[in-house]
Amino acid sequence: MATELRNMRLYRRRSRRNAIYMGLSLASAAIGLSWLALILGTLVINGISGLSLSVFTEMTPPPGGTGGLANAIVGSLIMTGLAVLIGTPIGTLAGTYMAEYGRYDKLTPVIRFINDILLSAPSIVIGLFIYEIVVARMGHFSGLAGALALAVIVLPVVVRTTEDMLLLVPNTLREAAAALGTPTWYIIAKVAYRAARAGIITGVLLAVARITGETAPLLFTALNNQFWSADLLAPMPSLPVVIFQFALSPYENWRDLAWTGALLITFAVLTLSVLARVLSSKSGGER
Amino acid sequence: MSMMANTLGAASAQRTNEDTPEKISVRDLSFFYGESKALKNISLPLYERTVTAFIGPSGCGKSTLLRCLNRMYELYPKQRAEGEVLMDGENILNPKQDLNLLRAKVGMVFQKPTPFPMTIYDNIAFGVKLYENLSRAEMNERVESSLRRAALWDEVKDKLNTSGLGLSGGQQQRLCIARTIAVRPDVILFDEPCSALDPISTSKIEELIDELKDQYTIAIVTHNMQQAARVSEFTAFMYLGELIEYDRTEKIFTTPSVKKTEEYVTGRFG
Repeated sequence: MATELRNMRLYRRRSRRNAIYMGLSLASAAIGLSWLALILGTLVINGISGLSLSVFTEMTPPPGGTGGLANAIVGSLIMTGLAVLIGTPIGTLAGTYMAEYGRYDKLTPVIRFINDILLSAPSIVIGLFIYEIVVARMGHFSGLAGALALAVIVLPVVVRTTEDMLLLVPNTLREAAAALGTPTWYIIAKVAYRAARAGIITGVLLAVARITGETAPLLFTALNNQFWSADLLAPMPSLPVVIFQFALSPYENWRDLAWTGALLITFAVLTLSVLARVLSSKSGGER
Repeated sequence: MSMMANTLGAASAQRTNEDTPEKISVRDLSFFYGESKALKNISLPLYERTVTAFIGPSGCGKSTLLRCLNRMYELYPKQRAEGEVLMDGENILNPKQDLNLLRAKVGMVFQKPTPFPMTIYDNIAFGVKLYENLSRAEMNERVESSLRRAALWDEVKDKLNTSGLGLSGGQQQRLCIARTIAVRPDVILFDEPCSALDPISTSKIEELIDELKDQYTIAIVTHNMQQAARVSEFTAFMYLGELIEYDRTEKIFTTPSVKKTEEYVTGRFG
């Protein structure tokens, strides 16, 4: 009888503790989410009024004039696309080496360590690096330099996710393929990549999301351009740099456009992240 | 003991005449994981179109021995074999031996079913495409005959283009067997093929092994002694990396010559 009472007391104390921790967890989740909601809300309130077709069709205006962000959007797309085109093949191949051919190689942990340093390198340092080796030698800013800087940011992300995703592919699958007399490169191409595909694509999407908002590396490399320019060897405008420049300006029309640009970028990144999430959860359900 | 004797398959009694040729001869084979010696001077024959079972407690080296027969260990560093494994008179441990060609001749079915993340059809066609240039019709024919041989055709013939991952565990294992026989090997190695399966799937796989031995030389590693007794003609009992006894299965399970073997097959240790 007495022990039973005591057990009940223990149980109640545990329940109370559970309620307290649950409350604390909920509160911190709510705080975290409310900041996100505030940011999104501010962006929508300030940016949506400027959102119109002309944003996508007209060039960045002079102070006081009317215009859009077309050149900046296109510049961002070109440089991001080029960065992905450069960074993804190199990154996937490096990740493949680390997870497949060089898995037991002494060099692999070294590469992984260096890659992790690159992964967390401040993007402004990468911008300065490209400034030094490309911009300074060419003598002028260019879209190509911007794309290269972004590619250097893409690279370690793709290396890391490719390696991680390939390491998740069970060895039994590789053995099964090898047991049929399959050459290593064919096992990687037809079995390992297939099993890791969704994860690798997710990594690339996350890398794109990461560089979409990068400003610092572009400031030193692609600079900006008030006009339409698809010339990779000339300075090229981009959304983040235009936002940076316009938001700090005293001109109201520029500041409004900066809000609209920020809204566009944020939702582009949000969409990419959601897409990546959906893809990775799908691949998780496959096995 | 008598229970064991009853479970001996009728098939194992009538086959195994002494003049069956040796498909594989393992001679003085030792195996190392780094510094540690996992197999100690093993010698035994695998007779052509015969089932040989490797039994023994966990860690005795039976899977290691199996993995020497297709040199699967080469996928990993610091693993090496010494001695000879002769297949049709050629030493397959010779460094000049092409690993892919060897493995195309010596197929392997694993403990856990390992269908590739692709359709049922492609799972079968995968290995065939590596070594043969078949027309669409020939490939269809090969896929069908392999699936029939693996007793899976009737269950999957209407969904050949769905993912192999959607099948049940037992079906996946038969898919893996179909995939293995589709490349027309001489030898099939089974590494505890039923340990992840339910009893009904297990008996299907055992029936299948019994049917396959009229065409293939088979080696099977199993934890299940009744299974060894049911499917094999010869049994090798291993303990701590050594081959303790190798003989006809009925002899191993009824009148083994070594005390250790008797203790193991009667369940006194292991």
